[in-house]
Amino acid sequence: MTKIEIVANLYEKLGYSKRDCANIVDTFFQIIKDTLAKDENVKISGFGNFIIKTKKERRGRNPQTGEEIKISERKVLNFRLSQVFKEEINSKK
Amino acid sequence: MNKLDIVNKLASDLGLNQKIAKIAVDTIIDSIKKAIIEGERVEIRGFGSFTVRNYKGYKGRNPKTGEVVEVNPKRLPYFKVGKELKDMIWKG
Repeated sequence: MTKIEIVANLYEKLGYSKRDCANIVDTFFQIIKDTLAKDENVKISGFGNFIIKTKKERRGRNPQTGEEIKISERKVLNFRLSQVFKEEINSKK
Repeated sequence: MNKLDIVNKLASDLGLNQKIAKIAVDTIIDSIKKAIIEGERVEIRGFGSFTVRNYKGYKGRNPKTGEVVEVNPKRLPYFKVGKELKDMIWKG
């Protein structure tokens, strides 16, 4: 599934033009992206949480050369599934 | 930020009324959930993709009591961050 199907579902539900629906879907994802870019977590009840984690600087090795290198501090995005949604996925037979 | 905050921001950004914005947010989330429940891959360009992974059942242990428990096979979605979002987070 891609954005096109989501837009189609919204079009059916709201009866707005496809263009307006596409705009709503784009804005929705933009809001989440902008929030995460500011290091703020996004929690969607019944779905899951998008959590920013900061990974400390650490030492690693280049697996090809064995050379020791410093891996700089970095931020990663984690998705934590909601317990409710987890059960919904696994109760479906 | 939670779902209500997203609804409010969506309403103010696009000049929609609150009720419509809530229906929109619910519809978008439900669409994604439905696809995942069906085992379908969901890809949102610039944001990321959800794929469903199957895990086999195994015998585990309750770490507190040491008791052997049967862990049933399960399906879990995995989220992979899209390149654009990854860069946004990276650069702050």
